[in-house]
Amino acid sequence: MNQSKCRVCRGPAVIDLPRHNANFCAEHLQQLCRRQVEKAIHDHDMLSPDDRILVAVSGGKDSLAVWDLLAELGYRADGLYIGLGIGTYSDTSGQYAQAFADERELELITIDLRETYGYDIPTASKATGRVPCSACGLSKRHLFDRAALDGGYDVVVTGHNLDDEAAVLFGNTLRWDIDYLARQLPVLPAAEGFPKKVKPLVRLTERETAAWCIVRGIDYLLDECPMAHGNRHLAYKEALNAVEARSPGSKAAFYHGFIERMAPLLADRVDAGVELHRCESCGSPTTGDVCAFCRVVATASTHDPVPVEVVLNKAARKAYLAQMQEIS
Amino acid sequence: MKVLLRNPRREIEVEGGRTVGRLLDELDLDRESHLVMRNGTLVPGDARLDDSDVVEVRPVISGG
Ligand code: SF4
Ligand SMILES: [Zn+2]
Ligand SMILES: [Zn+2]
Repeated sequence: MNQSKCRVCRGPAVIDLPRHNANFCAEHLQQLCRRQVEKAIHDHDMLSPDDRILVAVSGGKDSLAVWDLLAELGYRADGLYIGLGIGTYSDTSGQYAQAFADERELELITIDLRETYGYDIPTASKATGRVPCSACGLSKRHLFDRAALDGGYDVVVTGHNLDDEAAVLFGNTLRWDIDYLARQLPVLPAAEGFPKKVKPLVRLTERETAAWCIVRGIDYLLDECPMAHGNRHLAYKEALNAVEARSPGSKAAFYHGFIERMAPLLADRVDAGVELHRCESCGSPTTGDVCAFCRVVATASTHDPVPVEVVLNKAARKAYLAQMQEIS
Repeated sequence: MKVLLRNPRREIEVEGGRTVGRLLDELDLDRESHLVMRNGTLVPGDARLDDSDVVEVRPVISGG
């Protein structure tokens, strides 16, 4: 049996990483991940050693990996999990997040949308006519900002990895959406009413973050959010992976080349934003009188609860129902 | 060998030893989007899988 050897120690490898033209054992895969995260933090001035950090935790591989990595690197990081009320997906993802926190004695804050704000994502989608991911993204952004500011945190960390960022970049480029491109940075500085936000995993692919979880014994939720089924983001990822298979390193070159050479040229578009004032109801920054979150709460919390399958398209519903059968 | 696949979750039986890379090719699965575990341990593309192995093919792409 001539299984490949680790580039560092010549021991048996557990993973081949074509973009590094090398194989790694479990220990040196971890070393590589730590170094990539440290490099991202350092290059983009993401975190200081005494920052109080709030990690956006979903129970999936990336958010648990980034939380684990930061804790390992000695940062003070608490987690925030938001119960979105997306059927069993939400119930299970919450359990994974809590189990991880308990095992590592980390602090996990939990907010349940239904309990605290009287709605869930499927109901918000139906009641407001927004697609589920729009209602969801808006709710999460608002609650993370709020929790970070109220809790005295210096920075919010998300688990976006290289594949996520490259896929978003690809989509923005296909549409030449200059304003989105200008804001697609691994660090968003704090502004009035907004905490600083950083993405320490931008130098790791999702295959690498999943491998990190496996070799670290992190149990994460493998099932996808039913709303994600067949979305455009996934199609972009597949397209980029087809390029990556032929030419390893392409995703990293695409994204990091953008950050190094293109983003600076767009820098003056970033704060060309409109003037913001305080939401009459919650005080958050908004362009109108009442912020989008408060409007969602007002509309969705008075609506009858809507089950997940109602807001799924046909293909997604089929996949969701199949998944439900597996569980039962 | 028993091969566990996901999304949807299912189990198939594959006859005869082969490498991880070949198994993925035969299942038409892209290397960049999957990790493979043999008897619970992560293994690289050229690792050999035998009839007595339990294999898990884990997709790593998420749509969130
Ligand atoms: S896929 Fe959409 S609905 Fe599901 S968690 Fe992500 S943003 Fe929310
Ligand atoms: Zn090694
Ligand atoms: Zn408000």
